[in-house]
Amino acid sequence: MKYVAEFRDAELVKRSAQQIRREVTRPWTLMEICGGQTHAILRYGIDELLPTEIELVHGPGCPVCVTPLEQIDKALALASLPNVIFASYGDMLRVPGSGRDLFSVRAAGGDVRVVYSPLDAVTMARENPDTEVVFFAIGFETTAPANAMSVYQAATLGLKNFSVLVSHVRVPPAMHAILGGEHNRVQGFLAAGHVCAVMGYWEYPPIAEQYRTPIAVTGFEPLDLLRGVLDAVRLLEAGVVKVVNSYGRAVTYEGNRPAQELIKKVFLECDRKWRGIGNIPMSGWGLRPEYAQFDAERRFDVSAIRSEESPICVAGQILQGQLKPPQCPAFGTLCTPQHPLGATMVSSEGACAAYFHYNKAALLSEVSNG
Amino acid sequence: MCLGVPGKLVEIYKSGGLLMGKVDFGGVSREACLEYEPEARVGDYVVIHVGFAISLLSEQEAAKTLEVLREISDIQAELGVEPGEVRA
Repeated sequence: MKYVAEFRDAELVKRSAQQIRREVTRPWTLMEICGGQTHAILRYGIDELLPTEIELVHGPGCPVCVTPLEQIDKALALASLPNVIFASYGDMLRVPGSGRDLFSVRAAGGDVRVVYSPLDAVTMARENPDTEVVFFAIGFETTAPANAMSVYQAATLGLKNFSVLVSHVRVPPAMHAILGGEHNRVQGFLAAGHVCAVMGYWEYPPIAEQYRTPIAVTGFEPLDLLRGVLDAVRLLEAGVVKVVNSYGRAVTYEGNRPAQELIKKVFLECDRKWRGIGNIPMSGWGLRPEYAQFDAERRFDVSAIRSEESPICVAGQILQGQLKPPQCPAFGTLCTPQHPLGATMVSSEGACAAYFHYNKAALLSEVSNG
Repeated sequence: MCLGVPGKLVEIYKSGGLLMGKVDFGGVSREACLEYEPEARVGDYVVIHVGFAISLLSEQEAAKTLEVLREISDIQAELGVEPGEVRA
């Protein structure tokens, strides 16, 4: 068992899609939460394999897409400061702020460094004691354990030159916001498998119950995605509202307890603005007061920055499943991965980037066929 | 960023006070922090996410998922359902 090839078996993929087709009797709209799943769906053509009754709409689970513009602009300001090393996950470098991105700050002389793990940023702080190291701690529940550990480790080591610009978001409040929204079309969720690997899925049954919406915890390989769709369709067809685990090899109900404990030790739930969507109450994590000394927003004055979003970009509606990328007039013309207007056109998780990379030919032929 | 990748744990050690390991991703080896999966042993498969093991994969559960899908496939074969044509 290598846990990858087995879950891409072409024959089983076809058979699973066939089974969904046999069991579906009515149209259903499902949302996959995670942008990683959106990319896998388009990359493997899962949307093409499914019967026409099933529509997959793409959720807000793209961390670089929902990191608010104000935080990006603060990152740009911090990265431009002398004597600062600004450490970030690579995905963030091309995300447009108000007029520029971290790449252009680096080109202008800012010390912007890409890290694979947040612990790399801690190492940078140890090795450069006379320089301030700021790490851009963004993401969902999947990066939270790693980001929390970087702060905890910096505290343990007594580092005075390490701080974090925090912009953490959590999935369950976003599910509430989507299901409770006046334009909601989602009838079933494919929950994000790796978020659940960390957090478990004990937070989800009350959501399913409140909105009468079944939820299937779903993985990322083609067979995982089809299994999640099949389980969700079975629940919907039977009129059963519950949460099922379709990604048993990586997810347990309780989740990863040591990770949850360290997240709780370092972070505190707080209100958070989501780019394109707006404020969602208690949808984020910020540093606990005990760790305030590691808060870059307190250490540096970056409060008086004016942020301005592109007036053309419809990323907010795309992140909530209300529009699909090709419905945006700027898609593929004014807005491309090389020159993105919105963050959804960047990164390995943005829905617009996924459509651009995997679906462009199909879209062009649809357009030319009228 | 949520693209956790499964890899095989090939070495476990302590570094900087943290439980760390070397993880092999089909020939490419990378360091990962094992603090959140302290039970993982050499030879186990773990999901690695931004340099941290966040899940120890269960072979039993993986086999179960595949088994369910293979059963579907077998039943379809017996019923003479063709796997190819899936779209109307």
